[in-house]
Amino acid sequence: MTVTPAIKRDYLANLAEQGKRADGRRIDEYRNIEIETNIISKAEGSARVKIGNTQVIAGIKMDMGDPYSDTPDSGVMTTAAELIPLASPDFESGPPRENAIELARVVDRGIRESEVIEIDKLCIEPGEKIWMVFVDIHIIDYDGNLFDAASLAALAALMTTKVPIERLKLTLEKLQEKFPSIKNYLDEHPTDYALPLKTPPVSCTSVKYNGAIVIDPGLDEEEIAEVRLTVATDENGDIRAMQKGLNGSFTVDEVKKVIKASIDNGKKIREQLYKSVGK
Amino acid sequence: MSETKREIVIPSQLLGDLEKNKAGSGTFIEDGKIYADTLGVLNNRGDYINVVPLKGKYDPQEGDFVIGIVEEALSAGWLVDINASSPAFLHTNEVPWNIEFGETEKYLNHGDSIMAKVQQVDLLKKIQITLKDRNLYKIKGGHISSVEPSKVPRIIGKKGSMISLLKKYTRCRIFVGQNGRLWIDGDENGINKVLQTIKKIENESLSYGLTNKIEELLKKDSKDVH
Amino acid sequence: MKIDVKLFENGKRRDGRKPDELRKIKIEAGVLHRAEGSCYLEWGGNKVIAAVYGPREAVPRHTQNPLRAIVNAKYNMAAFSVDDRKRPGPDRRSREISKVISEALEKVILTEKFPRAAIDVNIEVLDAEAGTRCAGLTAAAVALADAGIPMKDIPVSCAAGKIEDQVVLDLGKEEDNYGNADLPIAISPRTGEVLLLQMDGHLTLEEFDKAIEMAINGCHTVSELQKQAIMKKYKSNEEGN
Repeated sequence: MTVTPAIKRDYLANLAEQGKRADGRRIDEYRNIEIETNIISKAEGSARVKIGNTQVIAGIKMDMGDPYSDTPDSGVMTTAAELIPLASPDFESGPPRENAIELARVVDRGIRESEVIEIDKLCIEPGEKIWMVFVDIHIIDYDGNLFDAASLAALAALMTTKVPIERLKLTLEKLQEKFPSIKNYLDEHPTDYALPLKTPPVSCTSVKYNGAIVIDPGLDEEEIAEVRLTVATDENGDIRAMQKGLNGSFTVDEVKKVIKASIDNGKKIREQLYKSVGK
Repeated sequence: MSETKREIVIPSQLLGDLEKNKAGSGTFIEDGKIYADTLGVLNNRGDYINVVPLKGKYDPQEGDFVIGIVEEALSAGWLVDINASSPAFLHTNEVPWNIEFGETEKYLNHGDSIMAKVQQVDLLKKIQITLKDRNLYKIKGGHISSVEPSKVPRIIGKKGSMISLLKKYTRCRIFVGQNGRLWIDGDENGINKVLQTIKKIENESLSYGLTNKIEELLKKDSKDVH
Repeated sequence: MKIDVKLFENGKRRDGRKPDELRKIKIEAGVLHRAEGSCYLEWGGNKVIAAVYGPREAVPRHTQNPLRAIVNAKYNMAAFSVDDRKRPGPDRRSREISKVISEALEKVILTEKFPRAAIDVNIEVLDAEAGTRCAGLTAAAVALADAGIPMKDIPVSCAAGKIEDQVVLDLGKEEDNYGNADLPIAISPRTGEVLLLQMDGHLTLEEFDKAIEMAINGCHTVSELQKQAIMKKYKSNEEGN
């Protein structure tokens, strides 16, 4: 594990007292964001997002599967995140640890609970066959703020995902023999079509150290952060998801400040997201 | 400054043979021929062929001054990260303090920075460092950054010319360890300037007239500020 | 399940290539910020990224070799890199490939310079289309050079195979699935030593001679691309980026 010198922590903490950041950014300023979509040919949808030097790739795979018994007409979605050793000298290979799990679950909830994917439109044959959507997030370069980079990559990938009718045509036609009503589904969707989605909320993460609250923490800032708050907001400025992390605390006022900064930045990021997926 | 061409070579590149030359650092010998073993800059001194790597961990040499970061306090000393391929060991006998057995943590702990000297590197590359020298101590205050160890000579400059420029125009105290770590102390603007300038030096380390270029840049900056 | 797939049409392969022609390859060195060395490589439909950390202390301690560095190459395929999503995590195939790649790299890295250390090489396949281990090793080699790891050579890998009784270079997707033999190799281009060799399928001795010669020639072509990619990265730095 790499050791962060205490001197560096103190230096950043001192800057924080003056409302300054080591890289000269304002406390409510994001690093440069780059979004690229359709980068993986095997995936049904994919995107690469860079926030500063942090780089994340999200891939969407779809397959046909059995519905859950309590939601027989609904599609199914799962999210996984891998903090692969590629991305940092401190990431180890092996099964996901709590950080990866928390990351996957937060990104997952941001998509699921805000119903971004119109999951009831992913039914092929009620009670028998539905579409499964797998969101896989690969962190490939870690320089702080994985939550926002991962969420953004997942969204950009979903927004360019095509349901793979062509790839699974043979299987679908075979299924038709058993369930003739699938013919209606195939008539309606004869070829690959865009995954049905609603407008996505955008997540913004802030951290607090030595009294200063900054948005889009860089690696150095994350290393000395006492507490972290991620807020996902939608196009109306409403709150859709929140997650506090680390063992420090916020005052209610501070939480409200973070929410405001998240709404403001969320708006800008949403514009960039729409542009990159060609909306 | 010698005007030898700065040629970049890659591993396995043929550089010469033992009949005319001697194999220096960054090279290996096979069948009487000398080859480069790293991506680096060709540097011939007399009849020695050397390759200075562009990147890589610090290769400790006895007598080098280094900035270390303490990883772990053990009972007989400390393990210190000096940016080499394995941590260095600082024995309790090699510090200016009188330490009771098992009390190492009271003096140096995980995250502390020290100005140390490489005392010994044995055949198995085990590294011992020392704090017993009037210029060595536990570092307090300031900021720490790092560059590729191979760029340290450029940051210092011929006879200290580059680092003197930096100190002059930024009004900062700067110390560069041979292992690529730097300690900087001054006001925030000064420290930022040092960091930016160092990045520039690192990126353009192979170009000529760099010292003059950097001086112009630093002069210009100061003019804008004052 | 024998599907009638024609792999040859008018002397040309399905993707239009000649029997001894490589797929399109693009190599870029130094693409990641945290890693000490890195490489992004596209080879036909393959997209791989390799990163190197080290030499650094080998952990856990019991894995340390007192005389030299250990080389840990880890090959992994992203869940979204294949048609049918792959469950995350190493499977037996990935572990075998990791092992043969580690062994190939160990032969050329000057490990005696770093006792008790580890050189960690991570290869991630982002998009897969036959020949991922060749693409992976080739990218890993560039990442190692980029990281400044001392080596006797920059290893390179390529495969040859047999489709419809003809020996061809660099099998593509359907050729890999419906062909008769697959022979991936890796060499040290300076000496010609073979560092990795695997084969499955059916080859006569004559076909093998042809295949390995083809694969070696392929390796040399790719080796030039590796070297260009490394030099390009540093030339651009020299010119004051």
